Amino acid sequence: MADSLGKRPRPLPRPTPETRHFWDGTKAGELRLQRCNDCGHVYLPPRPLCPACSSRNVDVFTASGKGKLLSYVINHRPHPSFDGPYAIAVVELDEGPTMLSNIVDCDQTPDALVLDMPLEVTFEDNGDIAIPLFRPRESQS
Amino acid sequence: MTVAIVGAAETTELGKIPGMSQIQLHADAALNTLADAGLKAKDIDGVATAGESPVNVAHYLGIAPRWVDGSSVGGCSFMLHVRHAAAAIEAGYADTVLVTHGESGRSGVGRGGGGGGGGSLLAQFEGPYGSMGPTTMFTIGVLRYMKQYGMTHEQLAMVAVVQREWAGMNPRASYRDPITVDDVLNSRMIAYPFHLLECCLVTDGGGALILTSAERAADFPNKPVYILGSGESVETPMVSQMKDLTSSQAFRIAGGEAMRSARINHGDVDHMMVYDAFAHLPIWGLEDLGFCARGEAPGFIEDGNTRPGGALPLNTNGGGLSYMHSGMYGMYALQESVRQMRGTAPAQVPGAAVSLCLGVGGMFAASGCIVMGNELP
Ligand SMILES: [Zn+2]
Repeated sequence: MADSLGKRPRPLPRPTPETRHFWDGTKAGELRLQRCNDCGHVYLPPRPLCPACSSRNVDVFTASGKGKLLSYVINHRPHPSFDGPYAIAVVELDEGPTMLSNIVDCDQTPDALVLDMPLEVTFEDNGDIAIPLFRPRESQS
Repeated sequence: MTVAIVGAAETTELGKIPGMSQIQLHADAALNTLADAGLKAKDIDGVATAGESPVNVAHYLGIAPRWVDGSSVGGCSFMLHVRHAAAAIEAGYADTVLVTHGESGRSGVGRGGGGGGGGSLLAQFEGPYGSMGPTTMFTIGVLRYMKQYGMTHEQLAMVAVVQREWAGMNPRASYRDPITVDDVLNSRMIAYPFHLLECCLVTDGGGALILTSAERAADFPNKPVYILGSGESVETPMVSQMKDLTSSQAFRIAGGEAMRSARINHGDVDHMMVYDAFAHLPIWGLEDLGFCARGEAPGFIEDGNTRPGGALPLNTNGGGLSYMHSGMYGMYALQESVRQMRGTAPAQVPGAAVSLCLGVGGMFAASGCIVMGNELP
């Protein structure tokens, strides 16, 4: 991703106590999700309660990091952190939740970005914070 | 009807709580209060809060409300919320309302930070990815819709073409010259698949409304326009967290409630406004409110049903795409519904007696819907 970045670093998140496990995970090369022990619901973004059943009995687990390209736009307007045009994508994880991300190791064109293409997570190191990004993967892997 | 408080609790801790962000303080208080009342978040159908947006609180807790109040007037906001909630419950707008407060006033954890960098969930989970605001976020579900239902780029462009036809009849519209599908598809790419002419204008303006009782309405100089029904809802502050990118839960709840409370069917609607920040909004609105089956709104528009002379005149001022868009366009949609019901619109729909006006907030974060009529219900 480094070569597709523009002059300024991307805006970086400031973790809170409830999201710390997620950002510790990305720094350790893991995509961490939460699962409800009462109803089994898996969700993002992080919070210490289940949005499906209100239970506080939830655990953090490491996800497969696999997903598919659910939808995207290709932004053509200038952004201080990106050399455009670049895609902003919604990724549907194999475990169910969706998340916003960028797609790397892939041309940023409608021909190259095919909906439902299999993706896998990769992490961009930004010092204290690692940002989860996604790249195409072979569907059998 | 008498309204009662049936649950009350504070956060588990008070004082110095550096281990919780502001949104979690709301949630901690809410979960304790739900437990106090023997309820789950799913039992709540109304949310009122200040400090945090009711969108954030509802999504965080997993509530799909049919009534929301984000009235924010300082420290007494929650008294207002209780008052509004009582009125809402008496009116049947909600059965079980949750009012929350949480403030990381000392520790300052997870406060503020909107688009880029910061502690809010939006800043953490959408901010890093190069979002340019509405042009890249409002639009992000459209490719999924195209794949799911076969909508073509030409059909999306047609929304802008039809609305320009309406604008051409309106001397106050910003853009009035006719355009073709090719004009739209050849205009500058903003965020694929959206071209410039599929994005709203950015203009200055304003508007206002005055309401009074139906009994007094006859004493005023203009033809009264009656509120026949209304609805509201919120879904999520993050478009990536929509339950379905091709449909707005807030549209479905707000629109459904508005039509139910107005006691109307789809065939009763003579005129419709759908807040069109981008060209796909009317498609989402027509389908989420049941005017078209899933996937059929692009064809419905392409076939001319929403254009001048069509069966369901829509966005008859030219809409945010051609009339004006100041940023919070909802007021202009309401103004056009009022004009149509008064019979004074530049592109008047002959004989129109019922108008449905559907607004959006944020990027499918929220919705409000008003049904108006020019006869006493
Ligand atoms: Zn659960």
